[in-house]
Amino acid sequence: MTDNISAILYLISSIFFILALRGLSSPDSARQGNLFGILGMTIAVGTTLALPTVLSYEVILAGIVIGGGIGTFIARKIEMTALPQLVAGFHSLVGLAACFVAAAAFFRPEAYGIGTFLDINTGSLIEMSIGLAIGAITFTGSIIAFGKLQGLITGAPLTFTGQHLLNALLGITLVALVAWMTIEQSESIFWGIFLLSLIIGILIIVPIGGADMPVVISMLNSYSGWAACGIGFTLGNSLLIVTGALVGSSGAILSYIMCKGMNRSFFSVILGGFGGDSEISGATTSGDKAIKSGSAEDAAFIMKNASSVIIVPGYGMAVAQAQHALREMGELLKADGVDVRYAIHPVAGRMPGHMNVLLAEANVPYEQVLELDEINRDFAQADVAFVIGANDVTNPAAKTDPSSPIYGMPILDVENAKTVLFIKRSMASGYAGVDNELFFRDNTMMLFSDAKSMCDEIVQALN
Amino acid sequence: MQTGSVDPLIFGITVLVLACFVGYYVVWRVTPALHSPLMSVTNAISSVIIVGALIAAGPSETNFAQIMGFFAVVLASINIFGGFIVTQRMLSMFKKKR
Repeated sequence: MTDNISAILYLISSIFFILALRGLSSPDSARQGNLFGILGMTIAVGTTLALPTVLSYEVILAGIVIGGGIGTFIARKIEMTALPQLVAGFHSLVGLAACFVAAAAFFRPEAYGIGTFLDINTGSLIEMSIGLAIGAITFTGSIIAFGKLQGLITGAPLTFTGQHLLNALLGITLVALVAWMTIEQSESIFWGIFLLSLIIGILIIVPIGGADMPVVISMLNSYSGWAACGIGFTLGNSLLIVTGALVGSSGAILSYIMCKGMNRSFFSVILGGFGGDSEISGATTSGDKAIKSGSAEDAAFIMKNASSVIIVPGYGMAVAQAQHALREMGELLKADGVDVRYAIHPVAGRMPGHMNVLLAEANVPYEQVLELDEINRDFAQADVAFVIGANDVTNPAAKTDPSSPIYGMPILDVENAKTVLFIKRSMASGYAGVDNELFFRDNTMMLFSDAKSMCDEIVQALN
Repeated sequence: MQTGSVDPLIFGITVLVLACFVGYYVVWRVTPALHSPLMSVTNAISSVIIVGALIAAGPSETNFAQIMGFFAVVLASINIFGGFIVTQRMLSMFKKKR
C-alpha cells in the first residue's frame, strides 16, 4: 500500500470520527454515530496494519485481544453511577499510552522516519516532548480524579502554602527541560520530562474539590485529546492531529459549559480549594427558623391532586439508587393524569450529562427530561417541585445574596412552584457548604428521609 | 509557492486549526442530554493513538521500542473496546415513550 492510499484511508477514518460526534446531536442518530466511530477506528487500525513496516502480527493481535478483553469486561460490568470514575480511568490509559508511544519514538525514531537515536529532528523532538508531557500529566491527573470520584482519596481540596509557586516553578522547569532536549538529546532528559510531568499531573488535581469534578473530568478529556494531537505531530499523521483536536475541543467546550453551570471561572477551578468536604461558612445560619416537615402520605396526597409536577434530581438520588423508585412514582402520577417532567441542572451529576444517563437507565423517556433553559420558566406554573438529592442548584441565595459562595450560579427556580417538596436526610448543608433558605419558606415541605425509601413510601401511598 | 516547500509542521498546524473549528461547531450541536456518551466516545476515538503504537510494535525484532509499543497497544485497546461498548450501552438506554 502506498503512502498516498494510506493517507486517504486515514482521511476517511477522520471523517467517520467527525460523523460519530455529529450523531450525538440527537438521541435518534446517536447509535448510528457510535457505529461510524467504530467503523472509523477499524479503518484506522486496518490501514496501519497494512503498512510495510508492520510485521509482527502475533504480538499485535495478542495486545488487541488482551486489551479488548479487559475493556469489554469493564464496560459491560460497570454500574452507571460509577461512570465518572470509569471515564477518568480510561483517560489515564490514553495518557499512559501516549507516553509509551513517545518512548518508542524516542528510542527507535527510524520506525517513524524522524531521525536516528539521539539524533532526532528538532521539530519532531519538541512535538514528541510535548506529547510525552501532556500524556504523563493526563495519566497521573486522571488517576487522582479517579481516586477522588471512587472515594479512595478524600474529595476535600488539598492545599498548602506555596502551592501555586511550586506548580509554576515545576512548569518552568518542564519548559526548560524541553528546551534543553533540543540542544542536547539524552535519555536522562527524556525520563526527566516524564517524571516531572507525572508529578505536575498529581499536583494540579489534588487542590480541586469534589464539587468541581465535572470540570476536572472534562478538562482531562480535553488533555487526552491534546496528547493524541502531540503524538500526531511527531508521527506526521493527520488522522491523529484531527482526532486529537476533535477530542481536545470537545473537552474544552464541556469544561466551559460546566464552569458556566457553576458560575466559576475556569482559572478559579484550576487553582482549586473550593468545595469538597470542607465547610465554607454560609451567609445565613439555620438558627431557630421554622421549617415544615411532612410524611410520604402528605407528599403523595399533594402530588396526586396536582396538575403538574417537576422533579429535580441531583447526585444524591444516584447515591441512594433512588432512580427506579422515582420513575415508578412518576409513572403512577402520570397514570393519574398528572403532567410529570424532570429538570436537569448542568452540574447535577459528577460528570456532564450523568443525570440524563441515570434517568434513561431507569427507563424514563428522554422527552420528559429537560434542561435548565428549557424548563426553568415552567416552575411558575407548576403545582409541585419535587427536589430529590439536589440542594445547591435550587438555592435562591444564588440570585439574592451577593455574599454567598454560590452567588451568580444559574439555579432551577423551584421556589416559584406552588409547593416545594424537598427530600433530605438531615438539615446538613450541600456540597458547597451553604445553607439553603428554601427550607424555611412557607411553600416548602421537607421530607426527612433517605431518597430511595421516601420514593418507595410515596409509591405505596399512591397505590 | 510549491507545496513541496511547505514545512510539515506548518501543514500539521493547518490541519490542527481546521480540525479545531470542525470540533467546535460539531460539539456545540451535541444535545446536553448526551454529554456523557460524548465523553465516552471521544475517549474511545482519542485512542486512535493506537496507530502510533502499532507502528512501534510492528518490527519483527524485539527491542525496548517494540515492548513499549505492545503495552501501548494493550492500553489503547482497553479504551477503544471499553469506550465504544459503554457508549453503546448508554445510548441504548435513551428511549422514547413506549
